[in-house]
Amino acid sequence: MSSSQHSLLALTLLLPFMGAVVLLRVGNEQRKLAAWLAGAVTLASFALLLTFAPMVWNDEVPRFRVEWLPSLGVGFGLRLDGLAFLFGGLILGIGALVVLYGAYYLADNDPPARFFAFLLFFMGAMLGVVLADNLILLVVFWELTSVSSFLLIGFWRHREDARQGARMALAVTGLGGLALLAGVLLIGKVVGSYDLDIVLASKVVLQNSPLFVPILLLVLLGAFTKSAQFPFHFWLPRAMAAPTPVSAYLHSATMVKAGVFLLARMYPALGDNDAWFWIVSSAGMITLLMGAVVAIFQHDLKGLLAYSTISHLGLITLLFGLDTPLAVVAGVFHIINHAVFKASLFMAAGIIDHETGSRDMRQLNGLWKHMPITATLALVASAAMAGVPLANGFLSKEMFFVEATVVDSHQLLQFATPIAATIAGMAGVAYSLRFIHDVFFNGEPVGLTKTPHEPPRFMRVPVEILVVLCLVVGVFPAYTVGPLLSVAAQATLNLPLAAQMPQYTLSIWHGFNLPLLMSAIAMAGGVTVYVLLQRKINLHTVGKLPGDAKVLFDVFIENITVIAGALTRLTQNGSLQRYLLLIVVTAIAVAVAAVWLYPAVGVVSNLPMESANVVVMGVALIGVVAVIGTVVVHRARLTALIYMGVAGLVVALTFVYFSAPDLALTQLLVEVVTIILMMLALNFLPKQSKPELAGRRQVNWRDAIVASAAGIGVGWIVYQVLTRPFASISPYFLQTSVPQGGGANSVNVIIVDFRAFDTLGEIAVLGMAGLIVALLLRGMVMPVRNENPPSGAAFGAKMPETARQSLLLQVLASLLLPVAIMVSIYFYLRGHNLPGGGFIAGLIFAVALILQYVAFGQARAEASFKLDYGKWVGWGLLAAGLTGIGSWLVGFPFLTSTFKYFSVPLIGAVPVASAMFFDLGVFLCVIGGTMLALASVGKLSRPDRETA
Amino acid sequence: MSLALLVAIGVGVLMASGVYLLLRARTFDMVLGLTLISYAVNLFIFFMGRLAVGKAPIIRAGVPENLANYADPLPQALVLTAIVISFGMTAVLLAVAVRSYAENGHDHVDADGGPDVATEAATDVATDVATEFGINVPPPTGSAPK
Repeated sequence: MSSSQHSLLALTLLLPFMGAVVLLRVGNEQRKLAAWLAGAVTLASFALLLTFAPMVWNDEVPRFRVEWLPSLGVGFGLRLDGLAFLFGGLILGIGALVVLYGAYYLADNDPPARFFAFLLFFMGAMLGVVLADNLILLVVFWELTSVSSFLLIGFWRHREDARQGARMALAVTGLGGLALLAGVLLIGKVVGSYDLDIVLASKVVLQNSPLFVPILLLVLLGAFTKSAQFPFHFWLPRAMAAPTPVSAYLHSATMVKAGVFLLARMYPALGDNDAWFWIVSSAGMITLLMGAVVAIFQHDLKGLLAYSTISHLGLITLLFGLDTPLAVVAGVFHIINHAVFKASLFMAAGIIDHETGSRDMRQLNGLWKHMPITATLALVASAAMAGVPLANGFLSKEMFFVEATVVDSHQLLQFATPIAATIAGMAGVAYSLRFIHDVFFNGEPVGLTKTPHEPPRFMRVPVEILVVLCLVVGVFPAYTVGPLLSVAAQATLNLPLAAQMPQYTLSIWHGFNLPLLMSAIAMAGGVTVYVLLQRKINLHTVGKLPGDAKVLFDVFIENITVIAGALTRLTQNGSLQRYLLLIVVTAIAVAVAAVWLYPAVGVVSNLPMESANVVVMGVALIGVVAVIGTVVVHRARLTALIYMGVAGLVVALTFVYFSAPDLALTQLLVEVVTIILMMLALNFLPKQSKPELAGRRQVNWRDAIVASAAGIGVGWIVYQVLTRPFASISPYFLQTSVPQGGGANSVNVIIVDFRAFDTLGEIAVLGMAGLIVALLLRGMVMPVRNENPPSGAAFGAKMPETARQSLLLQVLASLLLPVAIMVSIYFYLRGHNLPGGGFIAGLIFAVALILQYVAFGQARAEASFKLDYGKWVGWGLLAAGLTGIGSWLVGFPFLTSTFKYFSVPLIGAVPVASAMFFDLGVFLCVIGGTMLALASVGKLSRPDRETA
Repeated sequence: MSLALLVAIGVGVLMASGVYLLLRARTFDMVLGLTLISYAVNLFIFFMGRLAVGKAPIIRAGVPENLANYADPLPQALVLTAIVISFGMTAVLLAVAVRSYAENGHDHVDADGGPDVATEAATDVATDVATEFGINVPPPTGSAPK
């Protein structure tokens, strides 16, 4: 594996994307600039690709790789083997011709910059698919081709058929893309890597895996939808609503070829087994026959070419399905030939459409005398499509016939394949003949709006180049396409050296043999069929063929819509209660399922369990009564708050009892602040809860049962956990707390040091919560609802300021403030070694401030403090963040902590850790967030306050 | 009764009560429910570090630093911030409740007043209920922002 980086390879891929971005900035009125830019980008990328030719022919695989998702083992890697080179050449070479053609094709009112931007975007996506060196990246680009082809097919967005066609193509190929992703993920699971080199070398592992058949089906679903294989072919004819340059590009060299590219790419890993043989060959054969026969009966020029494309894709798929090395070579060869002649035919059809205003073969007749050069070009290209000798299509068709006759491993197919091949050949000749005869001969044009004439000189150039290629390859295959075919087929078969290639010869004449006979029968039969059809039933009078899978597609889509609608109505009825109930029930169901599927692991501990003493039992009883009481009296809200306050106190006592002094302090302080906030809010809300449905019973038993289930479940889990032994990572924190964190209080050390990044996020959330409250209530004025006497702590009640102020409280509050602030600072300072820290100190400070508000009224308190709590949040976050950045400056990762002991007179050695500054940020942020919320609610009743 | 069973029952009762209130139709009841649920969740996480009595995780010199001598500090650190965050959540929900009451003129969790508002509009039951609870049926009380 060559490890050198080929940045030029990355540039080859990036150029089209960069071009697309630049084109989006080009005005649509600059028609020439847009076309020149697109052409230049395509040619530059093509030239870059060609510089790799010597390496590719030297059995090297140029690569480029950068890390992308290292944790998933997925890199952004490109590799250029023979197959990728072939496809890259087709994509960029035919792409350049399509750009030239498109420049002349677009009408004056078609925005050229947008068109070429989409085209380059698509080109880049296709290049990505063929260059990707791992399967995840391949899928990403695969989906990009679906998206960009959607944009291209729907380019004429004012036309309904274009929009419909684009939507259908996206739905079908997008669905296939999802299947492919699933298949790729399974491959990754089986192989242990998404890397293409490893996957392609893991044939045995993959094919012995029980997951092989699902993998194969999923990957094939992706390939078949993209390559329009039966029964997913129906999107392709409808994609003909696209501008013809797009059809010429998508349906010759690119989009649909992505599917067969995938077959070729995955062949070394997934091919060479019965499942592959049967699925791929039968899908290919049905598509080949169906497409060829249906094509004869199309009246639309592009419709005929569309079904012909489906048929030829079927042929290529069938060749890969035949599962022999030589059939694979033939498949690769036909990919090249089909791309060349089909692109030229689409372009010819576009010229005819452009210069006559119609694509209907019932109108188009006798154009030979109006556009002889175009007619000649189309004639040669059709000959290639029909497989007439001296054109390139003949060679790959002969190879196909050879492979069809040597299928010997399967009795049934030994006869079926040659017959099917001959029939398809006959149909191919018939529709090719119709394309030429019906358009250029067969009487005079009927009801055309324009007088037909030759197109502008340079619009024909791409067709000429392609047709010349058809002939040169057809006559001198070994000297022209031979080497390219060889390297591409070698890469497809995943053979490291050219010498390992199976033997084949590229020449027109192989002697008199069965394939030649089949060709002759197909030729003669095709002409006969066409003549008979025109004579006996006159193809012009044939109506629409019976419906195709579009009907099924429409029914499918309609049903999905209906089901989705029903499901939405069932679950999304606009009732929050319904949603919450669904969430809770789902959570319970998931938990029950988990317990049922995975019975509890571990042994129940036999250790003697501590039993609760009388005091503990008593406190617990108080707690349970308080909690249940909250529910029972919840309609009387103020009473419920008292019960809830008791419940909160019992929670704090629980923390005390179970060795968590920091938690107990925090819980206690938060409890105070929460209750005050709730009482404040109750000033503006009804003091009672109305029953939910008038006249209904008071208890909702359904909810009660769900709630009990949730409670029993959670309690049961707690009990199960507590009765089992466990291993914890926490000894690490205990052991490193003093030596590395510089603090004895390991809870605080974890918060401000080990998990400081978490804490930074959490104080940011608290600060944001405060800001949200402030913004939600900004500028609102609400009357206090006074049906009950005002609650004691409510400091917004609508009474004279003096009437609700207690002098005693004011005196006490004034005295308490400095003391409380001192306590707060003390708790902040000691937090690293003893219970305390930024959170607790901040809450103490906030409570001290709230007391001033309660005692003096909000207006006076704010006037005397003039504190802008929003800024406190900002300073706090800044302090915490800067501490983290500080460690960057001295070369450590974000938030690395350091500490030193300073000797302070009277107090002694004081540890000053950088974490202290972080904790200062926590402190400020907690005060800011808490006070912001409280002050905003408190302000609501004061119309006099400033609306800052 | 073992301590484990006792605390399990405690968490279960908190969770059940919280969920029942969460499913009520009035905003304030829902906030009460969420507060009880956050108690339950905080205790749940805290108890995952097992029950330790008299072993606060404050390192004392000479005492080996292991879980036999100290309570597990990690769940405590997680819960400490969680307590403060639940306050933030409660504050935001209360602000939403107040704002919603001002804008909609009722304190139902759904802006359209839920299924019962329609029922009430059609009948006089609302007034009866209100009288029964001694409430004046509130007119829309919110005023437009300045």
